[in-house]
Amino acid sequence: MNKQMKYDIVIVGAGIIGTAIASVLSKYDLSICVLEKTNDISNGASKANSGIVHAGYDAKPGTLMAKFNAEGTSMYPELCERLDVPFRPIGSYVIAFTDDDIKTLHELKERGEKNDIPDIRILSRDELLLDEPNLNPEVKAALYAATSGVVSPYELSIAFMEHAMDNGAKLMLETPLLSIKNKSVNYILQTPDNELETKIVINAAGAFGDEIHNMVLQATFKLQARRGEYFLLDKYAGDSVNHIIFQCPTDLSKGVLIAPTAHENIIIGPNAEDVNDPEAVETTQRGLDEVWDSSLKSLPALAKDQVITTFSGMRAEPSTGDFIIQDYDEAPGFIDVAGIKSPGLSAAPAIAEYVTDLVKKYIKLKNKDNYKSGRRKIVRFHTLSYEEKAALVKENPQYGRIICRCEGVTEAEIVDCIHRNAGAHTLDAVKRRTRSGGGRCQGGFCAPRIIDILSRELKIPKEQILKDSSESRIIFGKTKGESLK
Amino acid sequence: MKQYDVICIGGGPAGLAAALSAKENGAKSVCIIERDLELGGILHQCIHNGFGLHIFKEDLTGPEYAQRFIDKVSESDIEIKMDTMVLEIDKKRNVHTLNPNEGYQKLHAKAIVLTMGCRERTRGALAIPGTRPAGIMTAGTAQKLVNIEGYMVGKKVVILGSGDIGLIMARRMTLEGAKVLAVAELMPYSSGLTRNIVQCLDDYQIPLLLKHTVTNIYGRDRIESVDISEVDEKFNPISGTEKNYKCDTLLLSVGLLPEIELPFAANVIMDKRTKGPRVNEVMETSIPGIFACGNVAHVHDLVDYVTIESQKAGYFAAEFTKGTIISGNGICSLAGNGISYIVPQEIRLQNCKIELELYFRVNRVYNNAKIVLRIDDEVIKEIRKRHLAPGEMESIKIKPELLIEAESLRLDIVSTK
Repeated sequence: MNKQMKYDIVIVGAGIIGTAIASVLSKYDLSICVLEKTNDISNGASKANSGIVHAGYDAKPGTLMAKFNAEGTSMYPELCERLDVPFRPIGSYVIAFTDDDIKTLHELKERGEKNDIPDIRILSRDELLLDEPNLNPEVKAALYAATSGVVSPYELSIAFMEHAMDNGAKLMLETPLLSIKNKSVNYILQTPDNELETKIVINAAGAFGDEIHNMVLQATFKLQARRGEYFLLDKYAGDSVNHIIFQCPTDLSKGVLIAPTAHENIIIGPNAEDVNDPEAVETTQRGLDEVWDSSLKSLPALAKDQVITTFSGMRAEPSTGDFIIQDYDEAPGFIDVAGIKSPGLSAAPAIAEYVTDLVKKYIKLKNKDNYKSGRRKIVRFHTLSYEEKAALVKENPQYGRIICRCEGVTEAEIVDCIHRNAGAHTLDAVKRRTRSGGGRCQGGFCAPRIIDILSRELKIPKEQILKDSSESRIIFGKTKGESLK
Repeated sequence: MKQYDVICIGGGPAGLAAALSAKENGAKSVCIIERDLELGGILHQCIHNGFGLHIFKEDLTGPEYAQRFIDKVSESDIEIKMDTMVLEIDKKRNVHTLNPNEGYQKLHAKAIVLTMGCRERTRGALAIPGTRPAGIMTAGTAQKLVNIEGYMVGKKVVILGSGDIGLIMARRMTLEGAKVLAVAELMPYSSGLTRNIVQCLDDYQIPLLLKHTVTNIYGRDRIESVDISEVDEKFNPISGTEKNYKCDTLLLSVGLLPEIELPFAANVIMDKRTKGPRVNEVMETSIPGIFACGNVAHVHDLVDYVTIESQKAGYFAAEFTKGTIISGNGICSLAGNGISYIVPQEIRLQNCKIELELYFRVNRVYNNAKIVLRIDDEVIKEIRKRHLAPGEMESIKIKPELLIEAESLRLDIVSTK
């Protein structure tokens, strides 16, 4: 099969950047296609990171990182409200243990002021411990930033994509980009099954941004895959800290953070290790030990029996030291959005607006008539009052059946997440959208039931249901007795 | 709001026994709330035999054992709420439930018995390094998929942990045509029953690697192999001992944990060692009228013991509704040398009118040892044992007259030669 399709814009990569851009551009009368080589949205760096929306004092003034971080973070409250994504603006502390650390706090504060970050101040030890009583009592001071928050990064990417699709954008999963060729003023993008013709190519390929760039232009930057490992703790430990707790960066280490997540677990990490393969997202004993040992410095009472899972994520460290967001005279209509390392998640909404401005250089943008600014509300059953719960079950009895008991997720929520735009097709995709299987039993009880629901709703045999990636089969066929039937 | 004398939360072996016992002891309205579509709980997937040897003096399968109680419940006027999840309980003994037909309901009970059982520890909880592919699951999840749903979960299997479900699944997978390469156990002894090691591993020449653990997992889509390493005295892997096993499945049988969401949210006091609610001599938790028994109180190795304990809890739940239980503080059962925990944790002497039975586990394997019971520092009883192991729960009975005016009670293990 070799079909040819024509689009105004093709976005390469359905991570947080690609989907944010798709969401913003879907406001305009454009034909948009998002290419994604894996089988779900947000499957690279966007899936496995700290989920922190940074206040913005960290980035060097004058960099793109500083500019887009501050702008992006200020957009978060409205954005997450509009797209119905869990966001908790809980504030952050950078904690200091030595006089050198305190010096660093003042430097960060100055930097924050240059970056126009609101509500940052230095707190004394006593003020800090009043707010965070479980911290190591040897702490000396802290830098507080009120606008820091936590978000579920994959849910935000999924929301962006769903919103874009609700407004007509197309998503092609399991579609790697093989090559880009010029055809007069347009580009031809070759995928295994199709040829896509487009006016504009937006390179949002995450860790593979340099490869995509090099399909069109001379190599001007390189991306280094940098792995970070994390622990996720049970909600029982959810009140260990109330804010995001950063350690002071030193010459030896950047330090690890301890933070509540958008779903009220605790996340701890990351370390930083350069690796050759951007897809080598395994954890290592050495890395996990490093993260755990450093976190004890902030929170000495952390207990290993509260760990519910560990994971690692990959960020793309650009050789230029800053985000690479630009178009090129020698390749009109090709736009790089590459090297989006931390604070990329914070910056994503602002980056998407900026890229829209770049697109305007090539296409006249016209507002869509029937543009929907939000997406259909997501029912998060466990957050509702008993009255609301009762009303929902009357409407749809599937709300009356809890499938994931750890996180209190109902059958109706799982069914809904399968049938929405940018819907779930795998166990992990259901987990990312509804949290079922993401609790303390890690799917021990609910996985067989979710396999049933996926099989029923997607009308595919259970043997074909996947855990996550395209080859991650869970079931190997029938047992002896069953196969005789 | 609907009223009951006794509500049992969970319709597995503990809930069935507690409900029947409460009913027999005079509770008028008894209700079992079960989230699944059938009563019997985990017994349905335990299609092997070995159940009922103590209670029925018969060798039954799990479903057969469950059916005996389900039949009795069906013959009684015990109310069953199936496909129903309890969302919350509180100290006033309100029970908030949810199901597709009746929606949300608030019930009230004079006594609640917590009989939710336990869940399995996971790969994530152990923080085993490596990739996160398909093909890693708890032995119980595999057991459900194989025995209930009729699906094979793998062909080349490594099992981590020698808990009973892991041992049973080693045999089950072998019978289904899979190759079980090894069972790795961190400890120098198995936490499973001796009979399961013999009948599930030895009979099929499946190696049990004591003092070994999985130290790395490979494969990005489906698991492709694991490293198994020997561990030192402090359970740290000894570098250089790792051996790679090519496999498509890793089953985990690394411990069970009481299901404590409901009592935890209701601020019931928990025991750090059992990981379940602290209970007293009538199996009552720190909240008056809320009882706990079976695997939610502490993880048992035999369902027969779950039944016996739950009969006791159900009996006393009915007593509670009659107002015959005398409240007040009690003495603690002190887990001394060699004991990892004792249930009940608290004993109120005023309620010890019949023989008191203490259940406990030892903290390591002992060959030739004695269990020493002391009351007020005086040795009351010594029981000689040729073999004691953490995987096998022990019990000791105390006559009520010995407890009169007791101020302390303690158990120790003493090695004998």
